[in-house]
Amino acid sequence: MSFIERTIRTVLLVELMQGMWLTFRYMFRPKVTLNYPYEKGYLSPRFRAEHALRRYEGGEERCISCKLCEAICPAQAITIEGMAREDGSRRTLRYDIDMTKCIYCGYCEEACPVDAIVEGPNFEFATESREELMYDKMKLLDNGSRWEVELALRLNQDKKYR
Amino acid sequence: MSHNQIKNMTLNFGPQHPAAHGVLRMVLEMDGEIIDRVDPHIGLLHRGTEKLIEHKTYMQAVPYFDRLDYVAPQNQEHAFVLAAEKLMQIEVPERAQYIRVLYAEIGRILSHILNITSYAMDVGAMTPMLWAFEHREHLMEFCERVCGARMHMNYYRVGGVSRDMPDGLADDIWEWTEKYPQMLDDMETLLTENRIFKQRTVDIGIVTPEQALDWGFTGPNLRASGFAWDLRKSQPYDAYAKMDFDIPVGKYGDCYDRYLLRMYEMRESLKIMRQALKEMPDGLHAADDRRVTPPPREEMKTSMEALIHHFKLFTEGIRVPAGETYTAVEAPKGEFAVYLVSDGSNRPNRCKIRAPGYVHLQAMELMCKGHMLADVGAVIGSIDVVFGEIDR
Repeated sequence: MSFIERTIRTVLLVELMQGMWLTFRYMFRPKVTLNYPYEKGYLSPRFRAEHALRRYEGGEERCISCKLCEAICPAQAITIEGMAREDGSRRTLRYDIDMTKCIYCGYCEEACPVDAIVEGPNFEFATESREELMYDKMKLLDNGSRWEVELALRLNQDKKYR
Repeated sequence: MSHNQIKNMTLNFGPQHPAAHGVLRMVLEMDGEIIDRVDPHIGLLHRGTEKLIEHKTYMQAVPYFDRLDYVAPQNQEHAFVLAAEKLMQIEVPERAQYIRVLYAEIGRILSHILNITSYAMDVGAMTPMLWAFEHREHLMEFCERVCGARMHMNYYRVGGVSRDMPDGLADDIWEWTEKYPQMLDDMETLLTENRIFKQRTVDIGIVTPEQALDWGFTGPNLRASGFAWDLRKSQPYDAYAKMDFDIPVGKYGDCYDRYLLRMYEMRESLKIMRQALKEMPDGLHAADDRRVTPPPREEMKTSMEALIHHFKLFTEGIRVPAGETYTAVEAPKGEFAVYLVSDGSNRPNRCKIRAPGYVHLQAMELMCKGHMLADVGAVIGSIDVVFGEIDR
């Protein structure tokens, strides 16, 4: 760049003007922001958020208390106590997840041999107190029945990759 | 005439300072507005990752690597799984290698976008962050579609990746690689020639090539000082040997060079991503080896043998033969390495993590000495530190 050209560019604030012009043009582009509580972004079938315990179509709990999720959980957020029913089948007595410990790695879902514990699409489960985040079996099963349609759809969509 | 003794003032920078890029506390000794001594105090984000990993199986250790350099989690996972694969001598399927390379480059762009834009904000330019974060959002969406989480991916596994890429994702990433250069051009229009940005960065924090080597610099910071050293070229891992890309090199080693270099690196990353997408072969996404890879769910539910494998892998985990390895990858911030010692059990005996930011932060005094207080922000932005990996 010659001396004259450089001087002209400096005096006329050329690069600043180019930047300003670009910013000005951006003003007329369509907005990319979402109006969050009313608009939400795309979530894939693999999204990992709030846990749920699923039931079979007949209403029987899927979880057989094999404790594989408890064993794999890196944060040790899951606590399970199992028992044998009168008919000999194993079910959980207690199934707690400490959502404040959970790191949402998805290993529990991967480990579960009966597709009982899953990480669902609901990421809006903020609470006002810490106690509310200590999920017990009731809460998890409740989540399961509330989200079942979507959970089954997601699992089905992702079936061939698992 | 009175004799006033002027004492240097000691100034606390951080730990809550927004320009400190995390929880860094620096004790600055100031001679007026000139910096005399810089003393970084680290450890405010220490979580004991290395010790925790000693008590986890190899599979459980992977999420811990996400949380080191949380700006580009996949690159950290990459180092760990490569180390374990090296000890186990596992052959990773070609498709898995390509997917890993593709996502490692996505991680590099994620990190560079955050660094450049926040660095620009430190020196007074807010617009690049507002614009480029749209693209960061797209990249995070690609991460979410492939593994289920936007940041803490937990996607790379010993022997491959956790799941194959879903249909249509490759096309969407390709489409994005075509759009992104326009954003890079726009960012360059705003920053590269801008006199305010240049006044804040040119000739600030110069690191000569000798100093860069003495202080153990790696990655973009070393390349900005003039060394064409890139682990992706010098000791290629996964599919990098088949990729055709250039290593940008700086000349002066100042803050401006480090900015330019990262801009060029993003373009090179796009090149690698395109090649990975174009040449990605069909095949398995994880090694067909029941020592490391759990069986597919369909098989697990019908075959007793597969169910036993599944249970063994998720409870006992992988057994890695005794041995030790130092495996390094070119993370966005430099040479990220894992020194893994195995005693033949299912848990690492020792897992030393070499974080590039830790080394770069030590050179703060070298870079800041003699500069003004306001330049500390520019220097710390340009060396790209993340405290997740420094404090570990």
